[in-house]
Amino acid sequence: MEYKNLVEINQERCKGCGLCINACPKKVLGFSEGYNAKGYHPSEVQRPEDCIGCGFCYRMCPDVCITVKTLAK
Amino acid sequence: MPYIDKMKGPHALSGKEFTYCPGCHHGIIHRLVAEVIDELGIEGQTMMVAPVGCSVFAYEFFNVDGTVAAHGRAPAVATGIKRAMPDKVVFTYQGDGDLAAIGTAEIIHAANRGEKLTSIFVNNAIYGMTGGQMAPTTLVGMKTTTSPYGRKIENEGQPIHVAEVIKELRGVAYLERTKVDTPQDVIKTKAAIKKAFMAQINGLGFGMVEILSTCPTNWGLSPVESLKWLEENMVPEFPLGVFVDKVGDAK
Amino acid sequence: MAEKVMAKGTEAIAEAAVRAGCRLYFGYPITPQSELTEYMARRMPEKDINGVFLQAESEVAAVNMIYGAGCTGHRVMTSTSSPGFSLMQEGMSYIAGAELPSVFVNVVRGGPGLGDIQPGQCDYFQATKGGGHGDYRLVVYGPESLQEAVELTFKSFDIADKYRTPVLILADGLLGQMMEPVEFPEFNDPKSFADHSGWAMRGTDMKRKPNLVSSFNIDPNGLEEMNHRYQEKYRKIVENEQMFEEYMTEDADYIIVAYGTMGRIAKSVAKEAREKGIKTGVFRPITLWPFPYEPLAKLADKSKMFFAVEMSAGQMVEDVRLAVNGKKPVEFYGRTGGIVPTPNEILSKFMELI
Repeated sequence: MEYKNLVEINQERCKGCGLCINACPKKVLGFSEGYNAKGYHPSEVQRPEDCIGCGFCYRMCPDVCITVKTLAK
Repeated sequence: MPYIDKMKGPHALSGKEFTYCPGCHHGIIHRLVAEVIDELGIEGQTMMVAPVGCSVFAYEFFNVDGTVAAHGRAPAVATGIKRAMPDKVVFTYQGDGDLAAIGTAEIIHAANRGEKLTSIFVNNAIYGMTGGQMAPTTLVGMKTTTSPYGRKIENEGQPIHVAEVIKELRGVAYLERTKVDTPQDVIKTKAAIKKAFMAQINGLGFGMVEILSTCPTNWGLSPVESLKWLEENMVPEFPLGVFVDKVGDAK
Repeated sequence: MAEKVMAKGTEAIAEAAVRAGCRLYFGYPITPQSELTEYMARRMPEKDINGVFLQAESEVAAVNMIYGAGCTGHRVMTSTSSPGFSLMQEGMSYIAGAELPSVFVNVVRGGPGLGDIQPGQCDYFQATKGGGHGDYRLVVYGPESLQEAVELTFKSFDIADKYRTPVLILADGLLGQMMEPVEFPEFNDPKSFADHSGWAMRGTDMKRKPNLVSSFNIDPNGLEEMNHRYQEKYRKIVENEQMFEEYMTEDADYIIVAYGTMGRIAKSVAKEAREKGIKTGVFRPITLWPFPYEPLAKLADKSKMFFAVEMSAGQMVEDVRLAVNGKKPVEFYGRTGGIVPTPNEILSKFMELI
């Protein structure tokens, strides 16, 4: 399945603060059930199909864990 | 799949993991400064001075030459660097304990001289690194480890409004107070940081952005709750806005 | 060497610094060294010099400007007097820890506290034993004359560069305020200066990894490693950079130990004592740190008594005792309050002791 927008999260870097989840207007993101090596539940993309590529998650991430990509024309 | 990067961590960050607590806004502000450095194409010419406080390691997080000053002295250190190398871009990154308490003399005189510097001032109304003590910017009634019954006007006075003090100094070329608790505010803060850098690059004088930010750990709130607390408590005390703008609109 | 010119102590040191290649001066006025700051204010903006002079808002700011300018690896200097030097101690510790080449002048006045503005040597402990926090040392020179002050100013910048260390010229108020003829060396060629581009902050130009300059290391093992590096540097300085003068010591039964202008006065005392038939010599440390313990210790084998004279209540005398190590008596005479003892006064005290 190819989505127009793609959010990549560096889950090992993520501290699970939830600011990206809070900022997402489309509820694309959520906490993962698993832990990362730091012991946090990192953020994960749960509903990629709804992503509009607004980048709010990138902007609010305090740990530069997020890359937003878009399909090349 | 031919995807292209739309938003990606800036080159001017070293890539080293930040040492901040989850949800701390320092990381957002670091990224914004680095994005501005990228966009202005000044990475190779920029030097930074980190403070004492939570951001004491900040000079390890950027891809630029850097040092860490004694507590509060970053503007004096930055002055020494800039006077020695006037063609370079120099910025300080300071918290409220560093800049608004122990370092008041240094920031006021650097601003007043119109040093061609940029100061990024992060105001979260508390001392973070030492464990949540009262800062000069702590709100009245706010409980900290050194104001356990709440800050009282009779005893500790009222929060210092740094931007309002600095705006009276004639060497200031750009001064704005912003916040970073919403994506829109993050965008605005980046624009403010860019102008504060343009103030020195254009030789106009001193540039500073006071950024209201959260300290979830020492406020005792979750990162998301902290956003609301900032909005409801800090914004009324520290009004946002542009105080000085001699830079004008970018062409 | 140019012809001799009459100069005031503070101004002679300032001109020497300019000729030694210092183009960055940050300072704050304080008596009795303000003429040095004022000289730099006039001299630095001159066309052929094109240097930086900045009057800081305090000595605290001045020393941190030195730290900042020092981070770029260029020749930097400040000057002050005792109370101002106390204020600079925080910065000195950071500068020593970050290993920044820099030159300081302390024109010492009477203390403690506000004290007075007359000459003193009462900052010896602060200068040589570390006035700030942490295990660090300053190279400390105590010139006795303006000519020596000029030469040591040149040397200070070279030593600061060679070892990446702060260097202090400890000049008492007498030296700062006196006038005498001096010959200034020719201007240094900046091309001859040490290359600091490997560590200094000058911008990466996107061609190298960032240079980070600091005294900070949160990892105890890392910090200890840094301390080992400092100590190794200090060991080299002790080994290679001690300076002292021996005056009529070859056959001396009695050795007067004094530094700075007191060293000069001690020579007159020794001469007068010899006229009375008392074989007296002078040992004058020129580097106060590293203190020339061994050369002084050697004299303890053949002399009968040591007599330390200072414009203090007795500070350097502790190093004399360390050097002599109980082999011979060490006596002391000092004046405080900014009073300069006269040769006659010292001589009569000396005659009482022998």
